[in-house]
Amino acid sequence: MNRAAVWCVLLVLVALHHDFWFWDDPSLVGGWLPIGLAWHLGLSIAAVLFWAFVVKSVWPRDLEATAGVDAAAQSDSEVSQ
Amino acid sequence: MTSLIIIVCYLFVLLALGLGSSRLFRGTSLDYLLASHSIGPFLLLMSLFGTTMTAFSLVGSTGKSFAAGMGVYGLMASSSALLHPLCFFVVGLKVWSLGKRHGYSTQIEFFRDRLDSEKFGWVLFPVAVGLIVPYVLIGIIGGGDTINAVSRGVFETAFADSHHGIPPWLGSLVICGVVLTYVFLGGMRGTAWANAFQTTVFMALGVLTFFILVKGLGGKDGFFESLQAASEAVSPEKRSRSGMPHSLYFAFLLVPFSIGMFPHIFQHWLTARDANAFKLPIIAHPLFVMIVWAPCVLIGMWASGNSEITTLVSSGELKPGGILATLVKNNSTEVLSGLLTAGVLAAIMSSLDSQFLCLGTMFTKDVLRRREGADDHQTVILARSFVVGVVTVCYVLSLVAPRGVFNLGVWCFSGFSALFPLIVAALYWRGLTRMGAYAAVLTTAGLWLFLFWQADFAANTHYSFLGLHPIVSLCAASTIALIAVSLVTPKLRDETLAKFFPPTKN
Repeated sequence: MNRAAVWCVLLVLVALHHDFWFWDDPSLVGGWLPIGLAWHLGLSIAAVLFWAFVVKSVWPRDLEATAGVDAAAQSDSEVSQ
Repeated sequence: MTSLIIIVCYLFVLLALGLGSSRLFRGTSLDYLLASHSIGPFLLLMSLFGTTMTAFSLVGSTGKSFAAGMGVYGLMASSSALLHPLCFFVVGLKVWSLGKRHGYSTQIEFFRDRLDSEKFGWVLFPVAVGLIVPYVLIGIIGGGDTINAVSRGVFETAFADSHHGIPPWLGSLVICGVVLTYVFLGGMRGTAWANAFQTTVFMALGVLTFFILVKGLGGKDGFFESLQAASEAVSPEKRSRSGMPHSLYFAFLLVPFSIGMFPHIFQHWLTARDANAFKLPIIAHPLFVMIVWAPCVLIGMWASGNSEITTLVSSGELKPGGILATLVKNNSTEVLSGLLTAGVLAAIMSSLDSQFLCLGTMFTKDVLRRREGADDHQTVILARSFVVGVVTVCYVLSLVAPRGVFNLGVWCFSGFSALFPLIVAALYWRGLTRMGAYAAVLTTAGLWLFLFWQADFAANTHYSFLGLHPIVSLCAASTIALIAVSLVTPKLRDETLAKFFPPTKN
């Protein structure tokens, strides 16, 4: 999955955050959990899964190398001061 | 008295932690301010989460859910669960990379370098400090009030003005003293350790409190039966969002972006050992938000169906912020009451420590312009002195600040959210110009002051501008100013851009 598709999924999750379909619904899931709250707890779990997928699939590989190379150069210059 | 003893023990544990972390101090400014870029995934997760969660996450969320119902979770928690990791991923990772590459310790150092402008720092500095100080004051005053509430009646012959409990000014002084000690001794490493410990404490106590209160609020023998009874007693309005405006709900989606511009979160990002250290915070943050907020929102909602609590609140004897403490007091032992108070103080102090260290770092690095390697020992002394100075000034301000300072919380967040487009543009847009950045900051500051004045200096909590929460106008105006001015003003030099962006392919 490319980055564009990942950001589309995030936009869908953000859109699902505004759950107008459960807005006025006071019914209880399992007799105790308000359905709107159940939806948002599910959304939080979906966020965990989504970000786990992002970390696994579109993690930027170049950041470490760029920072590392220059950091090494920087620490060399600090030592030499 | 038992509760007070537990709190005193808790504060001593924190002091011991500060002493322990100071033994690992390497004596350099890099170690004092950024823990020598040595913070791994677990400590980064705990310190970032502990810093973003304040006392509002425990007691404030319960009180707010009592008033507004279960919708508070969607309004304030699930949006953060979704968007805080986005800030870590899009802003935090890049900031870490550039920070390690160019040796930044503060946000303003980054912006000065990125915009090739010394003067820009002098414009951003007062705005950032001005927005963060009220947030610090809320923590200091809240800490003093919390200790006063739990100690009322303990001193039979003393402190009559404070209901025979520890006066708020003394409680705030103790909180400032403890935080100052471990930040002074341990610097960023001490702060990260303390945050990890305190985050564990307030998460564990939050969950424990939930299980104990279910039985108390439901009043049935079995746990599940008590859950059902407690929920059935709640009015349909509080079990839904029928009283919550859609526009407010939408506007609050912008609040989580504020952490992308918090100077103290910026500093925490720079402490990461490597890019991989961000993976755990990005994945686990939404789960942690859920663990802390869901029980508190449910307890607040259930309290709205509890006749004893609603009577106390309607008569004015109990404020919404005191609901959680009252429920614990009525349904458990004094030991748990003391532990819960320790948990609330943990949430307060885990934000205060990072803010104090960050402000001290900003004065050292951005005002005095001390760089790594230049009189390093002297830099550490200066940073410590500034931390002492910042804590002292903030404490004195907390004594004279009006009680309405609590209403400033969302205004602080709104200001930082409005500056979020600036950091995103600085990291990803070559077209950002110096004037565009000035325009974003000055538009934010100017409009913020205007709206703040229009809202009777935060006294009008229902104030809206053009029918929307002020945060929407602030974010929109800042973004438009940034883009429009950048498009028509001179671009930055190629040599400056080359430090932050890979070469363009011709």
